[in-house]
Amino acid sequence: MFTENQLKAIDSVIHTNLMEAGIDHVIFMDMAGNTIAKHDNGKNRLDSIAFAALAAGNFAAVDAMAKLVGESEFSLLFHKGEKSSIHFSKASDDTLLITMFNKDISLGLVRLKAGEAIEQINEILSNE
Amino acid sequence: MALINIKNREVQIKIVYYGPGRGGKTTNLEYINKTYRKQIKTEMVSLKTQDDRTLFFDFLPFDVGQIKGFDVTIQLYTVPGQVKYNATRKLVLRGVDGVVFVADVQKEQRKKNIESLNQLYENLKTYNLDLFKIPFVMQYNKIDLKNSDIPIIPSKIMQKDLNSLIKAPAFEASALKGGNVILTLKKIISMTLASIQDQIF
Ligand SMILES: Nc1nc2c(ncn2[C@@H]2O[C@H](COP(=O)(O)OP(=O)(O)O)[C@@H](O)[C@H]2O)c(=O)[nH]1
Ligand SMILES: [Mg+2]
Repeated sequence: MFTENQLKAIDSVIHTNLMEAGIDHVIFMDMAGNTIAKHDNGKNRLDSIAFAALAAGNFAAVDAMAKLVGESEFSLLFHKGEKSSIHFSKASDDTLLITMFNKDISLGLVRLKAGEAIEQINEILSNE
Repeated sequence: MALINIKNREVQIKIVYYGPGRGGKTTNLEYINKTYRKQIKTEMVSLKTQDDRTLFFDFLPFDVGQIKGFDVTIQLYTVPGQVKYNATRKLVLRGVDGVVFVADVQKEQRKKNIESLNQLYENLKTYNLDLFKIPFVMQYNKIDLKNSDIPIIPSKIMQKDLNSLIKAPAFEASALKGGNVILTLKKIISMTLASIQDQIF
């Protein structure tokens, strides 16, 4: 179970690294499909509960496909749309960080920021 | 594993409806969705094939309100029943907190029920979960067929086939007509909540 302080620290990491970089939605979740933290920019609504369930399923399916072809994992999972895109990163064996962003932001920046956020989140979760 | 968020005082619980193909898992969720429309904030998500069979899962989040100051959400899932989809069934079981086994009382499904239950046991084992220990409810579905020409298995035999060792609470049900669907749901929710009690309350 996450402590209140850990959850607060995770919120602040997501806020400074990702939301301030202009990302629309961020969901930090476990692989069972439960949301641990979610942030949005308030501009467009997202059914985040259903989204998290589908994201967990999608990620799990791709992960299982990787194993079948002998990869330990596909490190980048990215869906590009006309207006917005979704980026998945595995944060740990049990957690997933998902970002949704619009076309004004480059994938490169998102990858960089997501990578930094994950490092900090894992740091937070490693000290009880 | 249930997700307990101390900060927002939220609990998320995952319950999976498991069982042989065409046993009535999706129909259970559809009935719940109809009955509790007001408590369900989103549309039911169904990933299905063109011929209306579950491909990946159905998903229905369900608010049970506040328990001891925590907002409790139950996430209901079904697995795809077809034999060839075991890899996806396993994925859906990840992080499960409670299972409802929907067995089909039609005589010709007898073997399929048993095979499916055995596979559930194996699939749970891959997550270090023990079918004999997790919250588990048995449902003997399509009991309404009693009044038809289709031969059905008496519940006594169902119990012997599927529940003689586990001894889980078992209900005869008709997902199509709604009989005991809610009772099954309430039972698995209360068992699952009881099992995580010591973690929160
Ligand atoms: N007679 C009867 N038919 C049912 C019942 N529940 C489900 N069915 C039917 O069985 C078929 C398969 O149901 P479905 O919910 O899709 O099964 P699933 O594969 O376990 O998700 C459908 O045609 C349903 O209408 C029931 O309680 N009684
Ligand atoms: Mg189904």
